[in-house]
Amino acid sequence: MILAMLNEAWVAIWANRLRTILTMLGMVIGVGAVILMLAVGQGAQQQVQASIASMGSNLFIILSGSTTSGGLRMGSGATPTLTVSDAQALEELPTLAAVAPSSPGVAQLVYGPNNWSTSVYGTTPSYLQVRDWGVASGSAFTDTDVRSATRVALLGQTVAHNLFGDEDPVNKTIRIKNSPYVVLGVLSAKGQSLDGRDQDDTVLVPVTTAQRKLFGTQFVGSVRFIMAQAISAEAMPKAEKGIAELLRQRHRIREGANDDFTVRNLTAMANTAAETAQVMSLMLGAIASISLLVGGIGIMNIMLVSVTERTREIGIRMAIGARGKDILLQFLLEAIIISVIGCLIGVLFGVGGALLASKITEMSVVITASSIFMAFAVAATVGIFFGWYPARKASQLRPIDALRYQ
Amino acid sequence: MVDAVITIENLYKDYVTEAGTVPVLKDVSITVEPGEFVAIMGPSGSGKSTFMNILGCLDVSTGGRYLLKGSDVNSLDRDELALLRNQVIGFVFQGFNLLPRANLEDNVALPLIYRGVKRSERLAKSNELLAKVGLGKYAKSRPNQISGGQQQRVAIARALVNQPQLLLADEPTGNLDTRTSKEIMALFSHLNKSEGITVVLITHEPDIAMHANRLVRLADGKIVYDGLVQHASAEHLEPTS
Ligand SMILES: Nc1ncnc2c1ncn2[C@@H]1O[C@H](COP(=O)(O)OP(=O)(O)OP(=O)(O)O)[C@@H](O)[C@H]1O
Ligand SMILES: [Mg+2]
Repeated sequence: MILAMLNEAWVAIWANRLRTILTMLGMVIGVGAVILMLAVGQGAQQQVQASIASMGSNLFIILSGSTTSGGLRMGSGATPTLTVSDAQALEELPTLAAVAPSSPGVAQLVYGPNNWSTSVYGTTPSYLQVRDWGVASGSAFTDTDVRSATRVALLGQTVAHNLFGDEDPVNKTIRIKNSPYVVLGVLSAKGQSLDGRDQDDTVLVPVTTAQRKLFGTQFVGSVRFIMAQAISAEAMPKAEKGIAELLRQRHRIREGANDDFTVRNLTAMANTAAETAQVMSLMLGAIASISLLVGGIGIMNIMLVSVTERTREIGIRMAIGARGKDILLQFLLEAIIISVIGCLIGVLFGVGGALLASKITEMSVVITASSIFMAFAVAATVGIFFGWYPARKASQLRPIDALRYQ
Repeated sequence: MVDAVITIENLYKDYVTEAGTVPVLKDVSITVEPGEFVAIMGPSGSGKSTFMNILGCLDVSTGGRYLLKGSDVNSLDRDELALLRNQVIGFVFQGFNLLPRANLEDNVALPLIYRGVKRSERLAKSNELLAKVGLGKYAKSRPNQISGGQQQRVAIARALVNQPQLLLADEPTGNLDTRTSKEIMALFSHLNKSEGITVVLITHEPDIAMHANRLVRLADGKIVYDGLVQHASAEHLEPTS
């Protein structure tokens, strides 16, 4: 029975090939767009999540500056108010797992005939823990290096690659601002940061070396920022308060006066970014769904035309014994066949488009079985939903009216 | 006693139009026994087709009673009426009403689809009937590839495919020439005599009506003659268009 009905529906579809294909096109575009948009959206989301994971967890950044001098408020980092000893004091806070002061700067690196300009961070070994960063080859510098301000360096992957090519950089000597530094090790790859910077394009040196030998400082021991890792996500609020209290105390800031530092919860910011990415991804999907809806309306339109055109046929079928539900099934099947085939082609186009987009733009795309399944389910639903009304209209015709229809 | 095929008592049919209610059938009563061959004549607009459509359960009356094989048609729902049209009644139209896209065997097999018959059985049955109406070798042709007379044979084959007891035909020869009309009428006579199928048909031509046993003459929605064809006066047999 259902097979016979399928065949009947197929014959009708085949008889109106061109019209059916045009109708299907709406479905193809709708489904294709949904799949493509979901793939791009989820790709972006995944990229953001990877960046967040590479940032380190439960992270604070404490920026120096924002002092008020003569009624003029300076921006963060404008005045170096934080010091290495602030960082050491923060380490004593029970809510913090690791603290790393950081003095960044930009310098020219030279090895043999190669040179490369990059950002150099003066910091302590804790930095690797805070950032959840491993050493790929060689070893990290130690607290002893920090104490004695030795000229040693840890290279990010990008820097290592640009200076050394395929050569092993460990224990080689490079020149930073014309002074020799021994490469102790190469950091593992981190990839892009949330704001799209290459995190591997960096060099780490002991903070003392940076301050005394590389960049110099306005005030002895001052650093631009301190990074701190809380012991857990739950401890973050308490840690934030602890940091502020301790630093106000150490900087002798009176009650009511403004802080001369800023504490930023990086993890919270990252989560916001992740949520934004997710919302974006949903938005893309939602916008694409509109074209699916338009495709569905196209199906409904063509089915209504079809029912009107074939009123006489409906009458004949009823006259020889078709029940209302037989007619309903016939037209519903037609709508479903159109939408499901349209959906299949749409899936092909969507997946193909997504792969092509990732090839051309190097955008990361994620095609999940669930998004394909979802598009499919939606298409079938659209077919049933928009096919229902015309099919029902057909099934409720009175036989004599349908037969007499001119 | 065997149930009459058709029992109609005091049937009325009004059409409601913008201009108002038009009474078309007025107090029609008739009984048709199994195996009868009834011809209905009457002037154009007298209500013959209206009557036939009600007989065929395609339309409903506005008043009165219609028993088809003893069951009251007015008390049946749409699906039950469809079942009657499928299994008890075979309908033949003046305009053939074949599906243009389907070939002849599929056209003839169509009523079987709604009975849930398997495809192989459907095709066997439809080919058997096509052979019976002399069109065995046209099974794969389309309706527009054969003549009008042949199309009407296909329509008759389709009407017969479910072995109905009642064959209704509204001017089945109306679109055919005299010679082809004779062939079609011979087919109806054969079905009536050899297979005992009750036939009710509408015609304007006395020659056609002469194939029947019984003549019913309608005028202005009323039965003005109901009796044997042989006993009908010239007035009642007079051509109507
Ligand atoms: N759907 C309808 N709506 C309104 N009036 C109708 C309708 N169908 C038929 N009529 C009217 O009912 C009357 C009888 O029509 P019917 O078709 O039964 O006549 P008929 O006897 O079959 O005529 P003919 O010999 O021309 O086929 C006519 O006056 C016609 O105008
Ligand atoms: Mg008529």
